[in-house]
Amino acid sequence: MTFVPPNLVPAYPEIFLLVALSALLIADLFIDETKRFLTYAYAQLALVGTAGFLLLGAMGQVVVTFNGSFVDDPLARTLKMISVLAVSFVLAYSRDYIQSRGLFKGEFFVLILFALLGVMVMISANHFLVMYLGLELLSLSLCALIALQRDSVIASEAAMKYFVLAALASGMLLYGLSMIYGATGSLQMAEVANTIAQGNADPGILVLGLVFMVAGLSFKMGVVPFHMWVPDVYEGAPTAVALFVTTAPKIGAFAFFMRLLAGAMGPMLPDWQSMLIIVAVLSMLLGNVTAIAQTNLKRMLAYSTISHMGFLLLGILSGTLGGYSAAMFYVVSYVLMSLAAFGMILLMSRDGFEADTLSDFKGLNKRSPWYAFMMLLIMISMAGIPVSAGFFAKLAVLSAALDAGLTWLVVFAVMMSLVGAFYYLRIIKLMYMDEPDDVTPLVGESDHRLLLSINGLTLLGLGILPQPLIDLCTASIAQSLRG
Amino acid sequence: MTFSAILTGAAGGVVTARNPVHAALFLVLAFFTASGLWLMLDAEFLAIALVLVYVGAVMVLFLFVVMMLNIDTERLRIGFWKHLPLGGGVALLMVIEMWLVVSGRQFSSMVEPTPESVSNTKQLGRLLYTDYVLSFELAAVILLVAIVAAIALTLRRRKDSKHIDPAEQVKVKASDRLRIVAMPVEKEL
Repeated sequence: MTFVPPNLVPAYPEIFLLVALSALLIADLFIDETKRFLTYAYAQLALVGTAGFLLLGAMGQVVVTFNGSFVDDPLARTLKMISVLAVSFVLAYSRDYIQSRGLFKGEFFVLILFALLGVMVMISANHFLVMYLGLELLSLSLCALIALQRDSVIASEAAMKYFVLAALASGMLLYGLSMIYGATGSLQMAEVANTIAQGNADPGILVLGLVFMVAGLSFKMGVVPFHMWVPDVYEGAPTAVALFVTTAPKIGAFAFFMRLLAGAMGPMLPDWQSMLIIVAVLSMLLGNVTAIAQTNLKRMLAYSTISHMGFLLLGILSGTLGGYSAAMFYVVSYVLMSLAAFGMILLMSRDGFEADTLSDFKGLNKRSPWYAFMMLLIMISMAGIPVSAGFFAKLAVLSAALDAGLTWLVVFAVMMSLVGAFYYLRIIKLMYMDEPDDVTPLVGESDHRLLLSINGLTLLGLGILPQPLIDLCTASIAQSLRG
Repeated sequence: MTFSAILTGAAGGVVTARNPVHAALFLVLAFFTASGLWLMLDAEFLAIALVLVYVGAVMVLFLFVVMMLNIDTERLRIGFWKHLPLGGGVALLMVIEMWLVVSGRQFSSMVEPTPESVSNTKQLGRLLYTDYVLSFELAAVILLVAIVAAIALTLRRRKDSKHIDPAEQVKVKASDRLRIVAMPVEKEL
């Protein structure tokens, strides 16, 4: 047995991020309480550096290193780039909010960067063990972030729920992985796929492992029946953290599904397809119907996330390259939409006031027409109405599912998205047709307002010209899975 | 065989011991015998790790906690007999399941005996630092996150602390404490 020293070049972005955030951890000790802005600027710089390393290595090829534990392919590059970008937006949106709530501390940034590192590790994992470690890195950082507001009872409750359920899901996932290891004798995704394809593994044990694996994955994605933590975390966590939870971790979860189900368990498509159909149907049904009854905007967005994840699964479960790239397009547009939606909530929140009930949006048009228009764009995008990114995302996953011959599922999904349109349109009605309770226009940091405008207009832009992003997704998926 | 008997006895002792400290000591005994069993199975690394980590660190910590918390043992015993049937049923179920699994067709693989010259500590170390170096480093990062998270969540400066900074005390000036007010001299009555 000879040992090949790992090729570190593909892992440069991760290595850079880890070094940068360790330096941040130490540097933060010496930064004066009044100059905390430096920490923020440093964190943003670290993200820019990571993005730079990602761009430097951008080549359309698949590199496997660390003895088959780490894979660097176009899919990984694209997803990492989007995660880094999303986290950068998250930091910019939440700066004002966390400053006014006493959370503007080094730990907030360090933990968010650690979580991002976890997501990046998950995206590039080519080995069950690495995947699991990346996941734990993410979960642990998230859990601490949710509980960061220690004096808030609902935040502690949310963190506790998340922690207990995450531990349970990790246990299930590990049990599933160990079953698959027992059946195939390998932890490496490609080898597992080969062994299964050759029929050298006991199908009974494989299916048993698969059930546990899908359950664990579903928890991470937050889909029914493993969704219980989602609304509580969205409502309980500080809005800035909730914003983070809806972005990078969802990309990580998507990568998780791609690597484990489409990659390692690819030959077992019929088995996991039927499991995902059940999960997707339940998510779309429960997410959309329950969201109607919510008066808290964050809770409503939580249920809408559940239904969005159901739609995302439609793309994955169709099991074709087209389906995967549709799902990827969906996750990217979802991240953009929820960034913008939470960015709005953060913009409207002030000192000691959370703009998280529906009535806070009453008559927004009279207060700040431009932001009302942004919210309009976000909402029609979430509802999937044409001339928005959300429309093309839904169209893509639905046509992928149709190609896979799941007509009844497509009909059901369309019906559910009609139900869902109600609560998105209700916000538009509140903004444009109701009288505001207070008429002061919105104030916010100029970078926050600028980024939010860019974010909202991107949704509109993708609704008019979705082709570049669709092409990018298709190319990444095609090169990575058949590379 | 002797080891197995002691192990089972010690495990029983953990549950039945009246004093929590005794229970913890029984658990230490159980760990020792388990590590002896592993030694006989040529798994010397696991045996050493069990003694070092569990007996050396975790159980000592446990003992401290048990001694400090001053647990009311009588209260813990309430309902022991009431819950016994349920607990016993679950235990029986697990024994049956384990027996089924171990005797099952799918998991009864033949284990080849390890040659005398192979040291599994050395093998494990070599694998850990070569093939699994990425996983190993990631585990280290997770530990770092755990430290950061634990400190971020628990460290707080008490507001009611009576601590006084001597430097501040020394630096105090008369004008901080004393206000000289110009008053007109009062007329004598």
